[in-house]
Amino acid sequence: MSGFFPPALAKGLVDASYLLTAFLFIMGLKRMSSPVTAKSGVIWAGWGMLVATLVTFIDPQITANYILIVTAIFAGGVLAWWTGKRVAMTDMPQMIALYNGMGGGAAAAIAAVELLSGQAHSRAAVSLAVVGAIIGTVSFSGSMIAFGKLQGLIKRSFRFRGQQFLNALLLAVVVAMGVVIVLTALGMIAPQASAATVIAIFFGLALVLGVTMTLPIGGADMPVVISLYNALTGLAVGFEGFVLQNAAMIIAGTVVGSAGTLLTQLMAKAMNRSLGNVLFSNFGEAAQAGGAVTGAMKPIEAADVGVMMAFAQKVIVVPGYGMAVAQAQHKVWELCQLLIERGVTVKFAIHPVAGRMPGHMNVLLAEAGVPYDLISDLDEINAEFETADVALIIGANDVVNPVARTDKSSPIYGMPILNADKAKNVIVIKRGQGTGFSGIENALFFLDQTRMLYGDGQKAASELIQAVKAVG
Amino acid sequence: MIDGIIALYIFMLAAFTGYEVIARVPVILHTPLMSGSNFVHGIVLVGAMVALGSAETTTGRIVGFIGVVLAAGNAVGGYVVTERMLEMFRASGGKKK
Repeated sequence: MSGFFPPALAKGLVDASYLLTAFLFIMGLKRMSSPVTAKSGVIWAGWGMLVATLVTFIDPQITANYILIVTAIFAGGVLAWWTGKRVAMTDMPQMIALYNGMGGGAAAAIAAVELLSGQAHSRAAVSLAVVGAIIGTVSFSGSMIAFGKLQGLIKRSFRFRGQQFLNALLLAVVVAMGVVIVLTALGMIAPQASAATVIAIFFGLALVLGVTMTLPIGGADMPVVISLYNALTGLAVGFEGFVLQNAAMIIAGTVVGSAGTLLTQLMAKAMNRSLGNVLFSNFGEAAQAGGAVTGAMKPIEAADVGVMMAFAQKVIVVPGYGMAVAQAQHKVWELCQLLIERGVTVKFAIHPVAGRMPGHMNVLLAEAGVPYDLISDLDEINAEFETADVALIIGANDVVNPVARTDKSSPIYGMPILNADKAKNVIVIKRGQGTGFSGIENALFFLDQTRMLYGDGQKAASELIQAVKAVG
Repeated sequence: MIDGIIALYIFMLAAFTGYEVIARVPVILHTPLMSGSNFVHGIVLVGAMVALGSAETTTGRIVGFIGVVLAAGNAVGGYVVTERMLEMFRASGGKKK
């Protein structure tokens, strides 16, 4: 296809289109950061991607393998389209991890092709190719592990003594091999083995590093890790952009690298965890250190809860990931609509990390049709719990645990929580008596005004609907 | 064309841009925005196309092919899930600030 245009003209067209793409990407991200314009934002960015992809076919650097390129785009695109359309909203976080990992893998593949080609590169280009290769590969295998964990394919966290030392050692070896590859490519040291072998081992070890880095991290921290890998992939793409002298990749990759880093920090802050903590500490193991909670959980029947809510002035619903897993959000909204018809004030209180990621619960409630003006975040709603007759906790646990305010020895001490314990009555819908994601006993469940409604979220919500209807 | 100090300038300005663009994003958009930025780095597709299109060895073609498949998956998948998430924000009349 490059034959259709004189190379100089083709090059100019490509450069101009990439400029347009960079503009569309930045405007798209800007629009995505406000709820009103968010939808149009992704469409702007989508046009940018389409323009860049089409125009790249006339890039004079591409001289062969057109059929392979089209086949590959078709294969990857159709597969991703199919999975992306089918995935349930609750499984979004791991899909993002999966697609992100693919991007990291692609950046690593570019680096591999460039390094294997052995063409003369500048010092900076070879160095950046190697750095991008490490970051991209780690992001690839790390994201796949994150996907496996959230999807439930990998059930437990693998931790052992000296694990961090081993990871550090592995990183050192990978970096050292990277340096050898750079020096060999620049002709500064004589090749010790065949270049392809060294490069293959280098990528293999980087893959292992991504796996061993991610395996010990607990499921609760995964969103932060996915966000971090998202930023890293952006960075890798930016670096490979320098290698290929591709302005669109440099700009888009770097923008995502910095935006992703900021997002990662915001998420870690919302979860009251520092990034270092997430990556290098053993969350969940220390949970037993938290003080024992005394008292007993007091069960209640759905009929009694129905009466209580039907005659309440104000009900605050605190949904958690458990509600989403049970697919109970539609039933819960149906229940709330009944209450609203009776003149009860109903509000939803969303903790920043409700669901699996900040904002995830808002997406799930939006899917069920809950209007925005009923949904409040932590700062808006916390003062209102004191005036609420009923706080209905569905599938939430750690985010309403009052020990975060009181118990200094608890791993979640200091985390901002929803003050559901201030409500006059607290109803907790829960499958059983177990602890939450973090494995910490919840003091809220043992309070005098708390009653437990045991059962599957969706079934319990259906029973409550019947109970409220029965009140008449 | 893009070398040395110019490259550093682009890098610096793009980094500031990324930071500023999302600096004031509300929490409710964190997940869609992470997904959106995930889509944007799908631009790696054009690089993978160039890498495959200029590959001359069999190994190069295989690795390049894998790269393009992965990159296309990143771009298309990232777009589909972001669009689906944001679609729901619009459907419920999303006017909340």
